[in-house]
Amino acid sequence: MRQITLREALNETLRYNMKNDKRVFCWGEDIGILGGAFGVTAGLIDEFGPERIIDTPLSEIAIVGAGVGAALGGLRPVIEIMYIDFTPGCMDMIVNQMSKIHYMFGGQSKVPMVLRLVSGAMGENAAQHSQSFYSFFVHVPGLIVVTPSTPYDAKGLLNTSIASDNPVIFVEHKRTVNIKGEVPEEYYTIPFGKADVKREGEDLTLVATQALVHDALHVAEDAEKEGLSIEVIDPRTLKPLDKETIFSSVEKTGRLIVADEDWLLCSIASEISAMVAEEMITYLDAPIIRIGAPDTPCPFSPPLEKAYIPGERQIREAIKKIM
Amino acid sequence: MKIPEETRIEMLKGMLRIRLFEEKIQELYLAGYIPGSMHLSTGQEAVSVGVCMSLQKDDYVLSSHRGHGHMLARGAKYKYMMAELYGKRSGYCKGKGGSMHFAHVKIGVLGANGIVGGGIPIAAGVGFSSKYLKNNRVTACFFGDGATETGAFHEGLNFAAVLKVPVVFIIENNQYAISVPRRLSDRLEDLSIRAKSYGMPGESVDGNDVIAVYHTAQRAVHRARSGDGPTLIECKTYRWHGHHAGEPKDGLIYRSQEEIDAWKRKCPIKQLKGTLLEEKVITEGNIEKIEREFEQELEKAIAYANESPFPVESDLLQDVYIEEG
Repeated sequence: MRQITLREALNETLRYNMKNDKRVFCWGEDIGILGGAFGVTAGLIDEFGPERIIDTPLSEIAIVGAGVGAALGGLRPVIEIMYIDFTPGCMDMIVNQMSKIHYMFGGQSKVPMVLRLVSGAMGENAAQHSQSFYSFFVHVPGLIVVTPSTPYDAKGLLNTSIASDNPVIFVEHKRTVNIKGEVPEEYYTIPFGKADVKREGEDLTLVATQALVHDALHVAEDAEKEGLSIEVIDPRTLKPLDKETIFSSVEKTGRLIVADEDWLLCSIASEISAMVAEEMITYLDAPIIRIGAPDTPCPFSPPLEKAYIPGERQIREAIKKIM
Repeated sequence: MKIPEETRIEMLKGMLRIRLFEEKIQELYLAGYIPGSMHLSTGQEAVSVGVCMSLQKDDYVLSSHRGHGHMLARGAKYKYMMAELYGKRSGYCKGKGGSMHFAHVKIGVLGANGIVGGGIPIAAGVGFSSKYLKNNRVTACFFGDGATETGAFHEGLNFAAVLKVPVVFIIENNQYAISVPRRLSDRLEDLSIRAKSYGMPGESVDGNDVIAVYHTAQRAVHRARSGDGPTLIECKTYRWHGHHAGEPKDGLIYRSQEEIDAWKRKCPIKQLKGTLLEEKVITEGNIEKIEREFEQELEKAIAYANESPFPVESDLLQDVYIEEG
């Protein structure tokens, strides 16, 4: 099968959906001629014109708020906020409007909108361009939160997100944008709330998200050589979360490590750990270990940034501890 | 431009319909029949009626936390509004929204907003959908003077201007943001001057003169429908009650009785009534009859709200998500 990058997978998915549904349009900062800060919308303006690929003013409140309005008016907006770091400035539109409109008004209206965000630390972008705080959104009833790690998942999940009548937060990690993988040419969807077992194993369950999925797979490969069989699970959507797949893996292995790049306190890693502790504690042979970013802003200096980003090193240490 | 007699009678009816509703709500609220908190629009009726009468059936309205008047001016029924305020399942939002979150999509009201200024960027987007779909619909977005101090206002208006969307933004300047008077919040005489910085026309109008509001709104609606983009209108008016029903001293803590009385003398209903009586377009008897009809409708609405069942516990988790697939 052909191999393309996650960025290319998203790009062709946007193109396909825009071609097939006139209600789909995109707006955001620099998504037109520049093709977006990470190139996801590259070339789309040539094909669909500035009426459907819209460069907006630098106004996150309006970008999200008007997206909500466009969805209420019958369109299916796919909106880009350049970095997840910029969402606190428009949190009202996400938390108080986008997520609640369907419920507040008794189900009368829907907000079929996708909000694309880029998360993660990479390339010394420092404290305000490196964060992963999507747990904020997982916290809010009414939102779907999607975190693909592979090009295949990115395409299938973006198709599902655009087709969904619910508001979706779609988070792309910087470190995964140029990762290549097999992606079928044809249209397909991946249901929300369905985790993917990226590698089967017997001795340890390693739940990982986004870029950490790839780190987890590397570590699992090495561990195999040493006779340790690790099951790597990517939840793919943090909300809804596929508890069943995680639980049945824990039932099999009796050990759980959760790795996610968000800060640990009140994170999805903490949430998954709490769920397992609450419902599966009798199956556990060792305490759960969580891996996440330390409780500090992301620093600029390369060695400090390296120390900040959770990755293979933290996973290896955790495995040593848990086995 | 002379407005036909029937239209002016409709305006009077529309304002009375809001006034009687709001005053009844105040009474019911104080008597403990209505839960939660409500923001009444008594005294501001000319804004809702003047603007909504310039709209067409398919047009959209984004409402504010002080939004009962917007719903009623779009033709919402007393009984479903009352049921919503009572927290009943038969209300417009199944009892999930209450006073601050009224919506009735069928009459184009896409939602009131408990966040001041929250509806402004949304209105820009609804306007964008109309332009994109070429459906010829205009969006009217109501908000108070306090909203003009928010980031959402500035971003939303600029966005609307840049995209040249068919939206009319209406500031209901009732002089206070809860207790804080205008003079502590900005340095402007007319709030409509803010339109200039977004490159859109702005107009300030006597918000207690329903005819003036109507004319101004008509111009803006026409402009929007012609594809010439958004307009900002400031309607100078006054809220008679405190910020919310049951506010201690009903707003007298931060403003004087003299000020309230002065505005009451400029009552929008009294003004139009006076003109219509003077021109013999209508009689006192006609007006009493109209009021009686509304009062009867209100009594029926209260009975309906009382008799309606509350939502059941299983409704709690309904409508959080739409089922996928």
